[in-house]
Amino acid sequence: MGLLSLFRRTPPSATVAKERLRIIVAQERTARGGPDYLPLLRREILQVIHKYVNIDPDAVQMSLERESGHDVLELSVALPQKKSI
Amino acid sequence: MSAAQNSREDSALTEIIVVTSGKGGVGKTTTSASIAVGLARRGKRVVVIDFDIGLRNLDLIMGCERRVVYDFVNVIHGECNLRQALIKDKRFENLYVLAASQTRDKDALTSEGVRRVLDELGAEGFDYVICDSPAGIEKGAHLAMYFADRAIVVVNPEVSSVRDSDRILGLLASKTQRAEAGTGGVREHLLLTRYSPRRVATGEMMSVADVKEILGLEVVGVIPESTDVLSASNAGTPVILNDKSEVSHAYEDAVARLLGETVPLRFTEEPKKGLFARMFWG
Repeated sequence: MGLLSLFRRTPPSATVAKERLRIIVAQERTARGGPDYLPLLRREILQVIHKYVNIDPDAVQMSLERESGHDVLELSVALPQKKSI
Repeated sequence: MSAAQNSREDSALTEIIVVTSGKGGVGKTTTSASIAVGLARRGKRVVVIDFDIGLRNLDLIMGCERRVVYDFVNVIHGECNLRQALIKDKRFENLYVLAASQTRDKDALTSEGVRRVLDELGAEGFDYVICDSPAGIEKGAHLAMYFADRAIVVVNPEVSSVRDSDRILGLLASKTQRAEAGTGGVREHLLLTRYSPRRVATGEMMSVADVKEILGLEVVGVIPESTDVLSASNAGTPVILNDKSEVSHAYEDAVARLLGETVPLRFTEEPKKGLFARMFWG
């Protein structure tokens, strides 16, 4: 680390790139093996939640896990602070 | 189908390697040319095939564009035989180029046709067939990878290239003969191109380790960014033949790794800076 980096506020762009890729690649990999309706299902669930709560589309994580003999669909929604509802 | 499949097994000594990436302009053709030359220089019998139907370019990079008489599609359509279409390299007598057709017909390549050509190359006793894939995930790219034993996935350390490569990995794992047959799948290798150690050091570019971690692939080579690549394509001399270039040495290392040798990575670290520069720029 040099002296100039002490004044740098934002993280290096390569770190940002890696983080973004890690998320999108993981998301696309889950969708890949899974059924074709997954993206549509995600969108419709998002619309329903949106009727009640003003959520950020990125705040919805959906994943399909393969466990022995059955699939587990996991949905996680980060709700906003109360005042913004 | 089964007769053709059997003959592919008979030619098991021929290894089919697809050079692919998803994204365009990352260095597939440059890589195909240099890997083919590198293998030929080590005495292997090699054919390099341009699968980019309609946009022939490998011939320019190999420097044989004026000697193309027949192409891949001519062979598939039976308009000539395979030997007539194979262009012998002027530098290495055990290296041949099969040019892409300039036709605009998207269906010029057929799965059966490609299989027949690959079988015939196997019967001719070639050690390696390098398939230079077109960009994208359309038919040409699909057929270039379908019969492959191994894949070199060419990636720039940049978001769109990495993401597209991951799509390609998905296709390699599902839409190839080896994947469908359940015979262990295609062996995948990561080749990073246009790598700039200086920009990695300043945090502007993802490192080899970053890309490796995201894609989960073994690294077969890291090719530094260099003006030598353009000079080589200008001249029609695959860059691996420019012995003064770091790019040449990096491709030579990649060829060694493909052949199973253990070679440490080079050209991935920035040359050491003085104390003053380190204090200021980190």
